[in-house]
Amino acid sequence: MVENQTQNAQQPASAAELPAAIDLKGVSKSFGPVQANKNINLTVKRNSIHGIVGENGAGKSTLMSILYGFYTADAGEIFVNGQKVSIKDSSHALELGVGMVHQHFMLVENFTVLENIILGAEGDHLLASSKAAAREELARLAKDYGLEVDPDAVIEDLSVGQEQRVEILKALYRGADVLILDEPTGVLTPTEADQLFRILEQLRDEGKTIILITHKLREIMAITDTVSVMRQGTMVGTVATEDTSPDKLAEMMVGRRVLLQVEKTAAQPGQKVLEVEGLSVTDEMGVPRVKNVSFDVHAGEIVGIAGVAGNGQSQLLEAISGMFEPLLGEVRINGKAIDFHGEGVADEVREMGLAHVPEDRHKMGLVTQFEEWENSVLGYEDSEKYGKGPMLSLSAARSEAEKRIEMFDIRPQNPRLKTANFSGGNQQKIVLAREMDRDLDILIVGQPTRGVDIGAIEFIHKQIIRLRDEGKAVLLVSVELDEIRALSDRVLVMFDGEIVTQLPPTASEKEFGLAMAGLDPAENE
Amino acid sequence: MGFEDIIPLLNSSIRFAVPLLLACLAGLYSERSGIVDIGLEGKMLGAAFAAAAVAALTGDVWLGMLAAIGVSISMSMIHAVASINLRGNQVISGVALNFLALGGTVFIGHSIFKRGGTTPNLAKDERIGAIELPLAQEIGQVPVIGPIYEQLISGHSIIVYFAFLAVPITAWVLMKTRFGLRLRAVGENPKALDTAGISVFLLRYQALVITGILCGIAGAYLSTAQGANFSENMTAGRGFIALAALIFAKWKPWNALWTCLLFGVLSAAQIRLQGVEFPIIGEVPVQVIQAAPYVLTVILLAGFIGRAVPPKAVGQPYVKER
Repeated sequence: MVENQTQNAQQPASAAELPAAIDLKGVSKSFGPVQANKNINLTVKRNSIHGIVGENGAGKSTLMSILYGFYTADAGEIFVNGQKVSIKDSSHALELGVGMVHQHFMLVENFTVLENIILGAEGDHLLASSKAAAREELARLAKDYGLEVDPDAVIEDLSVGQEQRVEILKALYRGADVLILDEPTGVLTPTEADQLFRILEQLRDEGKTIILITHKLREIMAITDTVSVMRQGTMVGTVATEDTSPDKLAEMMVGRRVLLQVEKTAAQPGQKVLEVEGLSVTDEMGVPRVKNVSFDVHAGEIVGIAGVAGNGQSQLLEAISGMFEPLLGEVRINGKAIDFHGEGVADEVREMGLAHVPEDRHKMGLVTQFEEWENSVLGYEDSEKYGKGPMLSLSAARSEAEKRIEMFDIRPQNPRLKTANFSGGNQQKIVLAREMDRDLDILIVGQPTRGVDIGAIEFIHKQIIRLRDEGKAVLLVSVELDEIRALSDRVLVMFDGEIVTQLPPTASEKEFGLAMAGLDPAENE
Repeated sequence: MGFEDIIPLLNSSIRFAVPLLLACLAGLYSERSGIVDIGLEGKMLGAAFAAAAVAALTGDVWLGMLAAIGVSISMSMIHAVASINLRGNQVISGVALNFLALGGTVFIGHSIFKRGGTTPNLAKDERIGAIELPLAQEIGQVPVIGPIYEQLISGHSIIVYFAFLAVPITAWVLMKTRFGLRLRAVGENPKALDTAGISVFLLRYQALVITGILCGIAGAYLSTAQGANFSENMTAGRGFIALAALIFAKWKPWNALWTCLLFGVLSAAQIRLQGVEFPIIGEVPVQVIQAAPYVLTVILLAGFIGRAVPPKAVGQPYVKER
C-alpha cells in the first residue's frame, strides 16, 4: 500500500492507468412506458469528485439507484474497479464498496449515532462487541476526515448538517470507497454546505471517490473535478469542470440557451396597492411569529422578502392572503382593509384583487390527485366563466385549462392528466396560470421556483416580471437569495418575525448575509 | 386487612396479571416491528380453545400447549400476509381475526363436543400444574419471608414463571442484541433498514412469529392452567386490555410488567370488595366495583405517565420505493 502510494507520487501518470472506480456501459432502465435511462455510458475516475447534473426527471437518481442496487438495469454493464459486476441489492453494492448518502436521510430518529451506524452491519448477534468496535472506528474516521460527531448523541437532537455527517460515516463504516451523495446541500445552510465540501475534498484527498448529484450549478463549479450532464434519460456529455461554465452546463442540461440572469428594466412604481400596518401573528401554539410588521407594495414593483426559512415569512403570507387571522394590525388592499373575522376570508381577499401562489403547492395550491383542468379552476369554480348556478360547465372549464396550458407552456399538454404526473415545474405553472390569468391587482407568491427545473425557473421569472411590467404589484417571498436579488426592486429582510432592514437588490451578499442573521450591517463594518 | 390477607390478594393479582403480561409482550414485539396488533384478543381466544380441546381429546396438556401456539402463530401469519405482503389495513385485519376466533371457536367446539361451545372439564393431571419451589415447606416456617416464599413465589404453574422471566429477556433482546436493534429500527424507520441491506419483510415476519408464540402461551394459560376448560369468549377483552397496557407502558417491557401487575392487583381487589359494606356509602352495586379496576387503571396511568409516543412507522405498510 505504502509502496504503491510512493510510486504514484513519482509517476502521476500511472494513476490514470488504474481501472476507473465506476464504469457504466450502455445502461438502460424503463418504468412501464417511461424510459428513465437510455443507453448511458459513464466513467468515474478514482480519487475524484464527479458531479452529475440534470433537471428533475433527467434520470440521475435512477442511474445512481442502479449503481446502488435499489433497481436493476434492463440492459448494460457495470464495472466497479475494472471488475464486471451485477449488483443485486443494496448490501451487495456495499460489499463492492459503493455507499450512498440519500437526499432524505435514512436514520432512525430516536437511536443514538452509534446505533444508527452499526444498524445492518452489526456483525455479531450481541451488540456489545460491535458497539465497541464501531466506537473505535468512529474515532479513527473523525481523526482522518474531520468528521466529528458524538457517538452517544441521539439523532433527533442533532442539526441537519450533523445528521448528514452520520449518513456519510455510516457509508464509510461499511467500507465505502465510492460515495454517492444525492442532492446533499438541499437541506443545509450555506455554512453547513461549505463544511460538507471541505469534508468531501478531504475524503477525495484520502483516496475516496465521490459522486455528487445536484442541480445547483454553483456547487458543481465549486467542488467537482469532472461533471456529467444528463437530459431526459440520456447522457449529454462529460467535461472537465475547469473547461466549462454555468452557462454552458445549463445549455447542456436544457438543450437550448438559458438565461441565468433575469433581464428587466427599472421599476415604474405607481400608487400603493398593498399596505401592511403593525401586523403581528401568533401561531396555533401561541408562539409569536410575525412581530409588528409594516410595509407597502406599490403597483408596478416587485418587493422581495428575504430571510432564512422559518423566520415568519410563511405566517406573514398566510395572514395577508386571509388564511390565518393575525393577532394585531391591519392589511389594506387598494385602501380597503381586510376584515379578518369569520369564514371565507381568503375568498374575500381574492375578490379584492389579491392572487396568492402559496409556498407549498402540494399542501395548499393543488389537489395532486385531481386532473389538471380541475386544479386549473379550483377556487374559482363559482365564477360565471365556468357555468351558471350549481352546475359546472366541463367544456368551458376544460377549454379554459387548454388555453392556459398553451399560455404557460405546461407540459404534457393534456388537461385530463392527473396532476401528480406533472413535474414540479409544470405543477407550479398550473398554480401560477390559475392565479395570474385573472383580473388582479397584486400577486403574492411564496417560493415560486422550489423544486422547479432551470428551464421552468426562467419561464416563471419572466412571467412575474411581465406581470410587474403590466403595472401589477408583486410581493415575493423566497429563501433563495439569488432569486430575491434577481427579481426584486426592493428587498425587505425578515429575521425572527421582524423586518430588520430594507436593502436594494444590488447590495452585497455579505450585507444580506448579516441582515438575514439578524445583525445590523452598519454595526459590523 | 392484615399481612395474611395481603398474600392471597397478591397471589390472585399474579394470576390476573400473567395472561395480560404475555399478551402485552406479544403486542410489544409486533408493534415495535411496526405492525399494529388489535388481534391479540382473537389469537389468545383461538389458542385457549386449541389448548383445551387438544388436551381434552388427547389427555396430554403439552400437546394442547403446542396446538395453542400453532393456532396462534397461524393466525399471526394471516395477519402478516395481510399487513406485510398485501399492505392491507392492519386494524381491519386484526378485527377480522378477532371475529374469526370468536365465532370459530364456538362453532368448532360445538361440532366436536356438543356442549354449546365449551370443552369438557380437564382432570387435574390434564392441566398445567403448579410447581412447588425447592424447600418451600421449610422456608415457609420463617416469619414474614417464609409465607411470601411459600405462598406467593412458590406454587404457580410454569407459565407464570415463564411470563415473569419473559420481561427481562425481552428487555435484553431489545437493547442488547442485533435482532433487537433491527426490530426497534424497523418500527421507527423501515427505510433505514432497507437501505442498509436488511429485509424489512423478513424481520416483521420474525416479530409476528414471536407474537404468535406469546399469545399462544397466554391462551393456553387461560384454559388449561388458570381454568379447566374453554368457554365462549373466555378471554373477555384481555387482549384489548393488554393493548391498552402496552400503550401505557410506552412499548417498554419493564413498564409492561408494572402496568399488568397494577391491573392485576386492582382486579383481585375488586373481587374481594364485591358485597362489602363500605363506611358511609354502604354496599356499592357490583357493576361499579367490577368497573373500578378499569376506571382506576385509566386514572392512575393516564394521570401519571404522560404522553406515550408509539413507534413511528406503526400501522404503515412498507412500500419499497424512492
